[in-house]
Amino acid sequence: MNTARDNTDTRSTDRAIAIRLRKVEKTFGKGESAVRALRGIDLDIPAGELTMLVGPSGCGKTTLISILAGLLSRDAGDMTVFGTDLATLRRDRLAAWRRDNVGFIFQQFNLVPQLTVAENVSVPLVLKGESVAAAVRKSAELLATLGLEGRDQSAPLKLSGGQQQRVAIARALIHDPRLLVCDEPTSALDAELGRRVMELIRGRSTSPDRAVVVVTHDDRIYNLADSIAHVNDGKIDQLTRVAREASAPATP
Amino acid sequence: MNRYAIKMLFGDSAKFYGILLGLGFASLLIAQQASIFVGLMSRTFAFIGEVGHVDLWVFDPTQSYVDEPKPLRTTALERVRGVTGVEWAAPLYKGLLVATLPDGSRQVCDVIGIDDDTLAGGPVEVVAGSLADLRQPDAVMVEVGSSQQQLRFPAELAPGTVPAPGQVFRRGDPKRSVEIGDIIELNEHRARVVGLVKCSETFVAAPTLYTVYSRAITFAPPTRRVMSAVLVTAVPGTDITTLAQRIRDETGLEAMPPHDYAMRTLSYWMKETGIPINFGIAIALGFFVGVAIAGQMFYNFTLDNLRYFGAFKAMGASTWRLLSMVALQALVAGVLGLGLGLGAVSAFGLNAAGGKLAFKMLWQIPLIAAVAVLVICILASVISMWKVVRLDPADVFKGA
Ligand SMILES: Nc1ncnc2c1ncn2[C@@H]1O[C@H](COP(=O)(O)OP(=O)(O)OP(=O)(O)O)[C@@H](O)[C@H]1O
Ligand SMILES: [Mg+2]
Repeated sequence: MNTARDNTDTRSTDRAIAIRLRKVEKTFGKGESAVRALRGIDLDIPAGELTMLVGPSGCGKTTLISILAGLLSRDAGDMTVFGTDLATLRRDRLAAWRRDNVGFIFQQFNLVPQLTVAENVSVPLVLKGESVAAAVRKSAELLATLGLEGRDQSAPLKLSGGQQQRVAIARALIHDPRLLVCDEPTSALDAELGRRVMELIRGRSTSPDRAVVVVTHDDRIYNLADSIAHVNDGKIDQLTRVAREASAPATP
Repeated sequence: MNRYAIKMLFGDSAKFYGILLGLGFASLLIAQQASIFVGLMSRTFAFIGEVGHVDLWVFDPTQSYVDEPKPLRTTALERVRGVTGVEWAAPLYKGLLVATLPDGSRQVCDVIGIDDDTLAGGPVEVVAGSLADLRQPDAVMVEVGSSQQQLRFPAELAPGTVPAPGQVFRRGDPKRSVEIGDIIELNEHRARVVGLVKCSETFVAAPTLYTVYSRAITFAPPTRRVMSAVLVTAVPGTDITTLAQRIRDETGLEAMPPHDYAMRTLSYWMKETGIPINFGIAIALGFFVGVAIAGQMFYNFTLDNLRYFGAFKAMGASTWRLLSMVALQALVAGVLGLGLGLGAVSAFGLNAAGGKLAFKMLWQIPLIAAVAVLVICILASVISMWKVVRLDPADVFKGA
């Protein structure tokens, strides 16, 4: 097994900061039944890196990436994503911001069964106003680079789980978003497939104006992160940096 | 995204056909029942339109529909003829009389007596014989449809002959259509068939017999009141409304142009009978069944797709964009369902054309069905749209 986790340090990064969170709080519900999901998150997510959010179930990981992807609003604290304070955007402007800046990879792939694989991938481009024909053509090209050549006309449900997840990744990448957020992208995959999918995702994070945030429980892929934020009870417990060299693709 | 919205609709074939069937069934029921209703109702006044060129109908003021038996005294004819502005006035007899056939069966017939001199008020089309033959002794003409159905003769009896003494026919004997020369006993009078005619179906589904007025009143039971109406043609250039008023003033009878009389007849059937309510119920039923089936199916369809709509919302689709997708899906289903339903109604109508069934699809009927389907689609999609509006994009990260 790779020993990447041993070669960690906790120094803060010298890279530019893509996402900055200060004292971010989120509470669900009111009164007796209120749940304080985030209790003051301080976190810098560097550009050009892959940041993982790990921690026990219910600690607030999904809430956190939902807020930084513009799906949820925070209750208190400050946050900028690529310099934009999302709290200043109204609902439809926020939707447009997500459309232009964020790629999503969900645990359930959420591929529309009535559409072809390429059509599913094309949705972000079509939402941006591109013609269906052009969007589908680009999607087929991207699918080919992900090892799905010739499958662009297939129905998503005809593909294996790993193939479906690669389609979902293609959909998240097709419009070249600055921020890629993934909630447990490998939990439905076996170890080998999970690793390959993570390498694909990791490949995205190397350009300096991009950032990738991955929520995971899967300790087999920790060594692919640049830094790992440990979330506990709505706070960041610990920020671990992983040396890049050591996190190069492992050979079994 | 509109193309994808339609693909999503067509791709879910089980639900799509369910929605289509619901909407098709609703528009079928609405358009078909409305057409039958209009057909049936237009039969109530069909006879008025059939009596050729007449400026005014003169009839008893208390008569509320054309078939109502409220005859006038024979003297009314002379009184109407005496009104200035009347070019000619012809008597009309219309009444139900009992015909007895050679096999002894009896059949109520709608007997129409038209003016002896002008033969005005005759049937639309003479199929066999000639209208002038009505002037021959005992002559009647039989409506061709009933000559083949209600008024059939024993096959053994040659056309134009009477049963030989001692020859007896029974009801079960083989039958043939009535032909020229056949003798019918009409209210215990001899009537000889001189021709066959075509006329539109009337509400009273009795076989129609035409004869001249003077003979009709000999067939009818003897009373002083036998004349059903007086048909008036105005002197050219006379204002019909003023003439009608003058006839009312001078004779105390009602006078109306054919269209007004038809409407008076129609409004009687509409107001005084349960027919409109019955059809109204059937049409409303079609509407609500449509709402229930199509609405339910469409809602389920949207529910099934909610997670994809949620993913689209997370990926940055505006709420309007998603709503327009739902609206388009509802609209496409609506148009196809309507087409299906109206197609079925038209096929039904073509089948019914010329038959006994009343069916009249006015151009307004498809329009009404279209509006109804539109309302169904709106109702069906509004609940779905509400779900889409309330959809929280953050839910995409939640478990299934
Ligand atoms: N919409 C919501 N309404 C009420 N409570 C919520 C809502 N979303 C999350 N919570 C609560 O907030 C807390 C944090 O939830 P969150 O989904 O962020 O945890 P998580 O770290 O992603 O857990 P897991 O690893 O199980 O996915 C939990 O107690 C959860 O029950
Ligand atoms: Mg979670």
